[in-house]
Amino acid sequence: MPVDVSAEVIENRPLSHEYNVLALDAPEIAAAAAPGQFVMVKAGGSFDPLLRRPFSVFEIVRDASGRPRGVSILSKRIGPSTRLLYDTRPGQRVDCLGPLGRPFTAVDPPAEAWMVAGGVGLAPFATLAQALRARGVKAALFYGARRGAELFYLDFFRALDIELVLTTEDGSLGERGRIVAPLERRLAARPAAAPVMLYACGPEGMLAATATTAMKYARPCQVSVERIMGCGLGGCYSCVVPMRSERGGFHHVRSCLSGPVLAADQILWDEHRR
Amino acid sequence: MDLSVRIGSLTLKNPLIAASGCFGYGVEYAEVVDLSTLGAIVSKGLFLKEREGHPAPRIVETPAGMLNAIGLQGIGARRFVDEKLPELRARGATVIVNVCGTTLDEYVEVSRILSDADGVAAIELNISCPNIKEGGIQFGCSLNGTFDVVSAVRKVTRLPVIPKLTPNVTDVASFARAAEEAGADAVSLVNTFLAMVIDVETRRPKISNVVGGLSGPAIRPIAVRMVYECRQTVKIPILGMGGIASARDALEFIVAGATAVQVGTANFVDPFIWQKLADGIGDYLTRHQVAAVADLVGTVDTRAQDKEWISS
Repeated sequence: MPVDVSAEVIENRPLSHEYNVLALDAPEIAAAAAPGQFVMVKAGGSFDPLLRRPFSVFEIVRDASGRPRGVSILSKRIGPSTRLLYDTRPGQRVDCLGPLGRPFTAVDPPAEAWMVAGGVGLAPFATLAQALRARGVKAALFYGARRGAELFYLDFFRALDIELVLTTEDGSLGERGRIVAPLERRLAARPAAAPVMLYACGPEGMLAATATTAMKYARPCQVSVERIMGCGLGGCYSCVVPMRSERGGFHHVRSCLSGPVLAADQILWDEHRR
Repeated sequence: MDLSVRIGSLTLKNPLIAASGCFGYGVEYAEVVDLSTLGAIVSKGLFLKEREGHPAPRIVETPAGMLNAIGLQGIGARRFVDEKLPELRARGATVIVNVCGTTLDEYVEVSRILSDADGVAAIELNISCPNIKEGGIQFGCSLNGTFDVVSAVRKVTRLPVIPKLTPNVTDVASFARAAEEAGADAVSLVNTFLAMVIDVETRRPKISNVVGGLSGPAIRPIAVRMVYECRQTVKIPILGMGGIASARDALEFIVAGATAVQVGTANFVDPFIWQKLADGIGDYLTRHQVAAVADLVGTVDTRAQDKEWISS
C-alpha cells in the first residue's frame, strides 16, 4: 500500500550541473520499496508545476544502525520540476508517494544478470544490483552516457563486484558509441545453455535496441519504461504502453500499474516509439 | 452538521465526487481512499465496446493545469459490470457511471446495460469529450443533439440522468436548459476546454492527438462563471467542477450554484485530498454557523456593493 510522505530532504548531492541525488526522509517507503519500484515526487506546493513526477527508487538510505530511513532519487534537470528538485536544500520538504508499480523479478544462480543502463536510466539498478548480489548472482552493468563525466556511481557497483562495461558517445570513458554494441558482442559470445537475464532502463531508443537485441539472441529481458505519468496510481491513463494482445493486435497497459517493469518481448516497440 | 446533498432521487452523504476519467474505475484508488467516504465516484467513460484510446503522449502539463487527450480508453459497459462493479459495491462506493456513445443508439444501449446492473446510482451522459472523432461532443455542441440524447436515455432508465456539458460553446446555460427540458435530473459541468500545446523547437504538438482538453486550477474561474450562469437558468441540481484543489474552491462552486462538486486533476496531485476537502467544508459550516451544506447552494450575493464597502 503506497503512502504519501511530506519528506524532509536529508541530502541533495549534485553529481554534475544536470544530475543530482536527492535523499528523502521516508522510512515507510524505504522499508517497503523493491528494486524497480518508483515514487511520485513534487517539490513545493505551487500549481506551477502542478503534477508530481515519477522517479525510480535509486538507493535505500539507512541510518547508523542499518534501518531504512529513506529513499534517494537520481534526477536529471530537464524542466521546471527537475530544476526545483536540483535546487532543493536539506531541511526542505518534498511530497513523495510510494512505493508504486511492479518491481524487477530477480534471477537466481546459475543465471547471470546483465543490467543495461542509459544516462539517468541508471536509477533502478543500484537497488537491483544489491538484491542480485545478495542472492549470489553474478552480474554486469552495461552503462552508457554522453561523456565519461556522466557515468556515475561506478565505485558503488565495483564495491558490489559488478562487472562494468562502459560506453560514451564522445569516447571519453570506455568504448566510444552506444551501449548496445558491446551488449550484442557479449550476447553473441555466450553459449545458449548459459542462462542470462537482461534488465534495461534508459531512453526509448536504447530500450528498443536492447529489447530487439535480446529477442534476437532469445534472451529474456525486463525493461523499466519511462512514460509521461499524471498520477502514478492508475487514475489518468496517460502512461500507457502498447502490449501484445492475446487476441491479436495490441492493448494499452498503464505502466504505473502493470509496470514500470515490463517484459521486453511483449511491448510493440514500433507502436511504442511512434 | 449535515453534509448530505440530493441529486434528483439520489442522496449523497457529502457533495464530494471523484470526476470521470480522473479516478480510473474507482477500484484503483481503493488502497489509498475509503471509497465509501466519498459522496460518489464517477467511472471512466464507458462505451458498448472496449477502446484502446490514443497513443502516448496523452498529457502535457500547462501553467496551473494540464492538457489531456486519452481518447476514452476503456473496458466497455459489460466488462465494467462484471469486473469492477462487484468490488465497488462491496466497498460501499456510490457509483455514477459515465456513459459514452458514437450514436444515439449506443448511448441508449449502454444506459440500458448499466441500469440493469446492481450498484449503479446514476448515469452521467458524456456528451462533451473533446478528444474523440465521433459522438460525444457532437451531441453536446448541438442543442437538439443534447435534447435528443437526454430524452432517449430518459425513456430507458429510472436512474437519475446527468448530462455532462462542454464549456466549448457560446452559451452553456442554453444547453443546461435543453437538458432540463429533455428530463435530465441534474447537469454536470464543465468538461475540459479544447486547447493545444506546441513544442516550438520541433514545431510538433505536445500530445499525439494534436489537441486536447485543458483542466486544473487554470480553468477554475471560467468554470465557476458557467456554473453561476446555469444556476440562473435551470432548477435542476448542478454538479460543478473545473480546477477544484481545496475546500475553498469547492465552496466557491457551491456558493455559485453547484449542489455537489467533482474533483479530477487535483486528485492526481494529491490522492488523499478527499478528507482535506471534507474537513475544510466542515470547518467553514461551523465558522459561518450554517447547519447544512445544501443551505449554501447558490447563495452568492451579487447585489450592488455599497460605496462605503468598496472604499474601505
